[in-house]
Amino acid sequence: MEQIKAGDFRVIDNCLMIRLPEEIDHHGAGLICENADKYLVREEVQNVIFDFEKTRFMDSSGIGIIMGRYRKISCFGGRVYAIHLDRQIERIFQLSGLNKIVEVLES
Amino acid sequence: MKNEMEIIFDAVSDNESFARVAVAAFITHLNPTVEEMADIRTAVSEAVTNSIIHGYGNLQGCETAGRDCPPEQKDIHPGKVRVGCTLENGILHIEVTDTGTGIEDVEKAMEPLYTTRPDLERSGMGFAFMEAFMDDLEVESVPGKGTKVRMVKKIGIGEWIV
Repeated sequence: MEQIKAGDFRVIDNCLMIRLPEEIDHHGAGLICENADKYLVREEVQNVIFDFEKTRFMDSSGIGIIMGRYRKISCFGGRVYAIHLDRQIERIFQLSGLNKIVEVLES
Repeated sequence: MKNEMEIIFDAVSDNESFARVAVAAFITHLNPTVEEMADIRTAVSEAVTNSIIHGYGNLQGCETAGRDCPPEQKDIHPGKVRVGCTLENGILHIEVTDTGTGIEDVEKAMEPLYTTRPDLERSGMGFAFMEAFMDDLEVESVPGKGTKVRMVKKIGIGEWIV
């Protein structure tokens, strides 16, 4: 099985698709933010999609990653989407209020 | 029956996953639900991360240290984080202790979204998560001396709720 360590990035039309790693904590968060911002600047994408398909663990560092990207793109009218949330990640979204700024897509 | 364990490790981000996996492994024989397990792993991760980045100011892991980063972040504080667990009658007590800078105003620190380091792009939700995912949370801190976080959770109540 392929291992994603710092996220897997893909640009589709005007969207940046970020496949997140199995575990999201403070240790890996810095690199994900750094890489995401590189793509945001270089590819001039409008929207960001976070894909949690592989993710089995996330703590509040994950909220920081998403809120940070939201701040960067929302002032230019961009939107943030999230897909493939498991139950625990859904709870974290609700608890933090992230589901109010991020559109969670049914998968 | 009482069962105790204690781990002490370097305050580097590489050890965040080690700490939560160790606590999870310690309670597996109680057959916790998937949800209880996830709650505990998240709470441990929050507490340990707080000690590492706020207690000791170690923003870099030992793998990533020395990469392009401001000089004040290049040195890793040699402090240790202690995680102690006690299991008694299906109740898990977790204590996460550091001897770092401590917290001036614990009440303020526990407010959701409050952070002393907005530059780090973190959410300020650490204590809020510990509170939400555990049954009880107590924070004791002395500025300049360190911080102790105590958390309690009853394991195995899933069985008769579901």
